[in-house]
Amino acid sequence: MKPSFESAGLDGWIVRLFEVIDEHNLPWLSALSHRCEQEFGDALVDLVPSYTTLLVVFDPLMVSSPQARAMICRILADLEPEDSTHTGEVHKLPTWYDLSVGPELPRVAAQAGMAVSDVIEAHSQQVYRVFALGFAPGFAFMGLTDPRLECARLDTPRRLVPPGSVAMAGRQTAAYPTATPGGWNLLGRTSARLFDRNREGFSLLRVGDQVRFVPVSRNEFEREGGNTTPMEPLA
Amino acid sequence: MRQPVSSQPCIKVLRAGPLALLQDSGRFGVRHLGVTQGGPADLYSWAWANHLTANPWGSANLEITFGGLQLIAGRDLQIAITGADLGATIDQKPVPLWQRVSWKEGETLAFAAPVNGLRAYLAVCGGFVAEPVLGSVAAVTREELGGFCGMGAKLATGDQLSVYGKDQHVGEGLKQAPREAIPDFSQPAVLDLLPGAQIAHFTGRSLFDAFNNWWLVDDRADRMGVRLTGPRLNCKISTLVSEGISLGGVQVPPDGQPIVLLNDRQTIGGYPRLGSLSPLSAARLAQCLPREKVRLVAKGSEAALTEYRSFRALFNKA
Repeated sequence: MKPSFESAGLDGWIVRLFEVIDEHNLPWLSALSHRCEQEFGDALVDLVPSYTTLLVVFDPLMVSSPQARAMICRILADLEPEDSTHTGEVHKLPTWYDLSVGPELPRVAAQAGMAVSDVIEAHSQQVYRVFALGFAPGFAFMGLTDPRLECARLDTPRRLVPPGSVAMAGRQTAAYPTATPGGWNLLGRTSARLFDRNREGFSLLRVGDQVRFVPVSRNEFEREGGNTTPMEPLA
Repeated sequence: MRQPVSSQPCIKVLRAGPLALLQDSGRFGVRHLGVTQGGPADLYSWAWANHLTANPWGSANLEITFGGLQLIAGRDLQIAITGADLGATIDQKPVPLWQRVSWKEGETLAFAAPVNGLRAYLAVCGGFVAEPVLGSVAAVTREELGGFCGMGAKLATGDQLSVYGKDQHVGEGLKQAPREAIPDFSQPAVLDLLPGAQIAHFTGRSLFDAFNNWWLVDDRADRMGVRLTGPRLNCKISTLVSEGISLGGVQVPPDGQPIVLLNDRQTIGGYPRLGSLSPLSAARLAQCLPREKVRLVAKGSEAALTEYRSFRALFNKA
């Protein structure tokens, strides 16, 4: 690990800890986040962890850029990764895998040279880590998928992807919390509420959490309040 | 604690216009949940509107884009309108901008169309009443957060707005902005860019082009970001692993046309960046209409910090 700094304006530093996406980055990034919370105190405005970096946003009226950088340097000097043996709970997201709500199942299967049922099995067997939240509130970037499932984004994003849609791009997977445009391959739909205004902190998933997609029947999906409105396949 | 004078709303929306949003300083400490910052696109004018109505820093006021809004007062109010000149009138008489004025019960405050600039800020002495969501009333329509209803909605015809009662601060403070504090939005914007992020990966020619040409503001401009069109900028890296983006971040997608990210930007993104506009330059850009020309100028962070601190010091005296 060779940390580097990139200026992110008057009130921010991008701290780059790694070059590539890897599950082992997480214990370091979350350790850095927690130490920044302690050391910056009231001067901290926001932390945006992502795959390989942490964006530290501070109040420029309280600390200057050079002071903030010096503080982060001091933290990095004796940073220890957080204990990753403490795995915590695995969120289980009930997922209805079906062509009507997962129109890209055949596309992913074709390019992997697998049957659709094998794609579903491969996708639902893995325990994923949440690497980053972003794009939309509660949208969790998870990985990594079985390498055979690796797939490109759609050439033209859909204008509207319904909430709960379970999707893949590259070796990442995600579930859409709200209806937004999106260019990922749709495999199915979860009945889990990923962003809920009545929940503390609103988002079901946080960076570092573990997630499994658990296949359920249409009946079970509907019983849990899932939306069965079919998705148009791509023209 | 501020108390509503009564639960009775005192402003009614006669005509909503294209876009009017309640904005406090923004939603902070939540970006790790994927929730955007929000807040006033033109921080400078927003801060002045609060200052002139003796509302403390952070108070929510109305950001009115393009104009078209018509409101009627249900009781006598003191207000200030700053930012763009959108042809505001009270009962058809022009409203002086950048100063505190009276808006009496039964009078109609109307915004027409942009004369200069794009977004006006309407502050009311006492401040608007709204329930914070995730610590802020800043309205973000895409995320359905904040605003008067909590669900991020823009103002709609028929909405009724409540205002906090006058507190002891009203009557004090500056009632008129000094001439030199009022921006001239008719002049082309010169925007300070703090180099950073992946600037070293752009070609020398592109760096020259970035700072030695006029850029045109594209039609694709909103509270998420403003696209600039001009010479094609080439970066030796086309995409990178997505990372956090700050206010004013200037990202360059593979088509070489920069996008400056504003308040409602998504929290993380994967295009290489030249750096970030200073907060006051991001505010200035937010006042530009499509097809206006702007220029980028490299600025050191120390100079930008000095400028930002003196801007904030103006409002911290009260």
